[in-house]
Amino acid sequence: MANLTSMSGPPTQDMQGRGGVGGGGLTGKRAYPQYPNQTPMSGPPLPGQMAGQPQPAGSQPGPTAGVPNDTYGQQRPQQIPNAQSYAQSPNQYENSLSGGMGKLNIQQGDTRPLNLLQNRHVLPSTPVEPPKPNLSPEYRKLVCNPDIFRTTLTSIPQTQQLLNKSKLPLGILIHPFKDLTHLPVIQSSVIVRCRSCRTYINPFVQFVDHRRWKCNLCYRINDLPDEFNFDPVTRTYGEPQRRPEIKSSTIEFIAPSEYMLRPPQPATYLFMFDVCFNAVESGYLSVACQVLLEELDKLPGDARTMIGFVTFDSTLHFYNLQEGLSRPSMMVVSDIDDIFLPCPNDLLVNLQESKELIQELLTQLPSMFSGNKETQSALGPALQSALKLMSPIGGRVTVFQSSLPSHGPGTLKSREDMSQRTNSKDIPNLGPATDFYKKMSLDCSAQQISVDLFLFANNYIDIASLSCVSKFSGGCVNYYPAFHTVRTPAEVERFENDFRRYLTRKIGFEAVMRIRCTKGLSIHTFHGNFFVRSTDLLSLPNINPDAGFAMQMSIEDSLNDSPLACFQAALLYTSSKGERRIRVHTLCLPVTNQLSEVYAGADTQGIVSLLSRMAVDRTLTATIVDARDALVNVCIDSLSAFKTTLSSGQAGVGLIGPNSLRLLPLYTLAMLKCTAFKLSSSVRLDERVFAMDMLKYHPMIYTMLMIHPTLYPVHELSDEGAISHDDQTIPQPPILSLSSEHLFKNGAYLMDRGDALYLYINREVSPNFIQSVFDVPDFQSIGEPMHELPELDNAVSDRLRNFIQYLEEKRPFHAPLHVIREDSRMRILFLRHLVEDRSESVMSYYEFLQHLQKEVGK
Amino acid sequence: MAFTFAAFCYLLAMILSAVLIFFAIYHIIAFDELKTDYKNPIDQCNSLNPLVLPEYIIHIFFTVLFLFAGQIGTVALNVPLIAYNVYRYVNRPVMSQPGLYDPTTIMNADVLSRCMREGWIKLAFFLLSFFYYLYSMIYVLVSSTS
Repeated sequence: MANLTSMSGPPTQDMQGRGGVGGGGLTGKRAYPQYPNQTPMSGPPLPGQMAGQPQPAGSQPGPTAGVPNDTYGQQRPQQIPNAQSYAQSPNQYENSLSGGMGKLNIQQGDTRPLNLLQNRHVLPSTPVEPPKPNLSPEYRKLVCNPDIFRTTLTSIPQTQQLLNKSKLPLGILIHPFKDLTHLPVIQSSVIVRCRSCRTYINPFVQFVDHRRWKCNLCYRINDLPDEFNFDPVTRTYGEPQRRPEIKSSTIEFIAPSEYMLRPPQPATYLFMFDVCFNAVESGYLSVACQVLLEELDKLPGDARTMIGFVTFDSTLHFYNLQEGLSRPSMMVVSDIDDIFLPCPNDLLVNLQESKELIQELLTQLPSMFSGNKETQSALGPALQSALKLMSPIGGRVTVFQSSLPSHGPGTLKSREDMSQRTNSKDIPNLGPATDFYKKMSLDCSAQQISVDLFLFANNYIDIASLSCVSKFSGGCVNYYPAFHTVRTPAEVERFENDFRRYLTRKIGFEAVMRIRCTKGLSIHTFHGNFFVRSTDLLSLPNINPDAGFAMQMSIEDSLNDSPLACFQAALLYTSSKGERRIRVHTLCLPVTNQLSEVYAGADTQGIVSLLSRMAVDRTLTATIVDARDALVNVCIDSLSAFKTTLSSGQAGVGLIGPNSLRLLPLYTLAMLKCTAFKLSSSVRLDERVFAMDMLKYHPMIYTMLMIHPTLYPVHELSDEGAISHDDQTIPQPPILSLSSEHLFKNGAYLMDRGDALYLYINREVSPNFIQSVFDVPDFQSIGEPMHELPELDNAVSDRLRNFIQYLEEKRPFHAPLHVIREDSRMRILFLRHLVEDRSESVMSYYEFLQHLQKEVGK
Repeated sequence: MAFTFAAFCYLLAMILSAVLIFFAIYHIIAFDELKTDYKNPIDQCNSLNPLVLPEYIIHIFFTVLFLFAGQIGTVALNVPLIAYNVYRYVNRPVMSQPGLYDPTTIMNADVLSRCMREGWIKLAFFLLSFFYYLYSMIYVLVSSTS
């Protein structure tokens, strides 16, 4: 058992802005002058009215407000085991040496060459921490939360040649709209921006004197408006460094009217339900309507919120919910080749005014279609009508679909050939079959509409084509294979929780995001669900807190002008309350011209996450075998390049790698074995395509969980090293490598896969444990399937349940628990994630290292 | 000077390659507008896509004419470009209308630079072939008398 000294200290910096006068809300119908986006500031400068408030995530109540997130300043409760300890004691459970945390020594430790063949246990027993950039202490305090904004290399190479020599990708991974507990919000009449490159003022600018500042992205000297020095708390003119824009690298502005192309839109939601025979069979409709009824009040929005409902099978059904009617009235449109909207004004209604009618509709909807025998589904026409309906306003469309669309434009055919799955040379049909959905999403994006998909399917539903409608309109895709209210209660639970979160989470409308970087750097490829409107402007009709993006960069000119390279991401959006806001994240990193420093600052998890996205792109443009080879080649090339930096004395036999990249071969092997890339015939086409979409959509932490799940031993949980959270002690078991050599016969293990938790019980686990946790006398009587642990009042059960709850709380989507016995048929679900073992004729970790050694040695 | 069929082909090809030069210039300007954020990718692709097939058809048309006129050298000069065009068109992104450019992928710096390069190379090729057809036409006209 690891003895980890827990180190939970106070946050290093108080992120709260000054409590000040709250800015006036911009709700209500108000017409703004039509200015193009981001013109230079006009109007006389008024005395700046500052309101820095600590704002909880989202201006609306709801379960998300209580979700604990790693705030910027909060340190993780564990220490990073020092790098040297690995070379000395390769034992998995080990003491961490105090020291190395916060000292700059860790940089040298990271370049220490490590023989990966000898040190096989490279996975640390605490969560992997990102490397700390090599910055001066005052800049280090201001560094952006790595969960929000991080790069693959924390020391940026100075020239493109240096980057090419290191053979590592340079990119950024950003999670811009993440739920934050401390977010300084500023309402100021003047938002200070650089005159030429339009960068927002940030903590890393240089003040030339009290009146001028030097932009850190284009090096131009700009004037500082007077009220920037004004401090309303003390009512004096002081140092500009006291402003919240300079004190924190993540900040939100309330945008004045120059930032609006049109008056901020009200929150508008349209729900489209598939009611054909398959859909009604699966029973999703009653679950969805139930959740909607419960969460109707918690939908983000204000008095102007609009809502509408459409159901479809082979015809479209619209519902007139205008206030004043006694009951909702249904109108059927059967001419699907030429859609027209009956009474277009009454289909999207104000939520508050028509609430009783909406509630009545939702209660009746499941029973209305319970006997529906129609099997055709007209999704294409439904989407066209949604576009027509929402064009004037924009908003969010939620589509529930349970079978292949088979009627009208946008019809899809089943492309999955079950007999062909044994062909391991190439996997066909991974791309869209038709561009109907892509065109639809571009049209929606132009009208600020985004489409989210909830797919419930027992059979092939061609996610590759359908997901195009979400990919380019900033939406998200959720897939529940084999959903059935009776047969798969775990999926029902997952859908229910996911849908609840989906309805109540924060949302931003008509958003655009722009990434700016220091002169010399440029972005050349974008990954994520958005439409690239110009070389650095991303159009996002909707932004939600669970979307992550990645960009690859190249160095066009050498970065000689400054020892620091900065990146700024600015997200301009309309909040659900009709306020136009700008969220700005700034990241500052040192520039280096030494190859060894580039390796020392490499962030393995960032690199792996970016590589997985690049591999998905490569799979779609070339073949999956190409993508797999490319992944292995990154490992080989970077390790060969590292060898050249070593002096002849250090390089020896074995596979030498830098300490910072010690996990790269392990993660590469995990990627080769994950659902998206594995060349096995047991992966269905939809599952594979969905896994690839999720690799591109999720922010980095969840893609890492997808690729390399975390494994905890839970048969001997103790309170040692536990953290205290919400008045409960949560035990922190060490993380194990994903290999069966760590699975003791008498142990119970919990695997966290991101979207599911597996509790694996070995045959010889102590009866004491079984009794305390499951309330049954022995192993054989553990019932299956079990998705919830009984709430028993003893310490063992308490600790296990607290730990599971702690894991589940931290993420936005629900991870149902599956209890798997060693002799169960479901054990393959658990065992297939043990990536370090040899499986299905793919190499084990040790064999992979030997293969790498052979290739590197050539 | 007898006005043979070959001379007529060269004359026609000269005129048509002038048209193709204009197409190539239009492509280059369009991609440059995309790079400098002057235009929306959707609008730009909608204006570029209808020009792709006509360009290929014109090129194939006068190459076939040269085949009939017996000018094998000229045909051999144009065949690689035809092969490349066919390859490009077969591997185009999934779309229901004719065309090569997809607004969602065109803003990738790799794709954009590849298209720019293609535009410049085609411009150079058509310019050179314009002058080649001019000289060949005069040669054919002169040599057909003697």
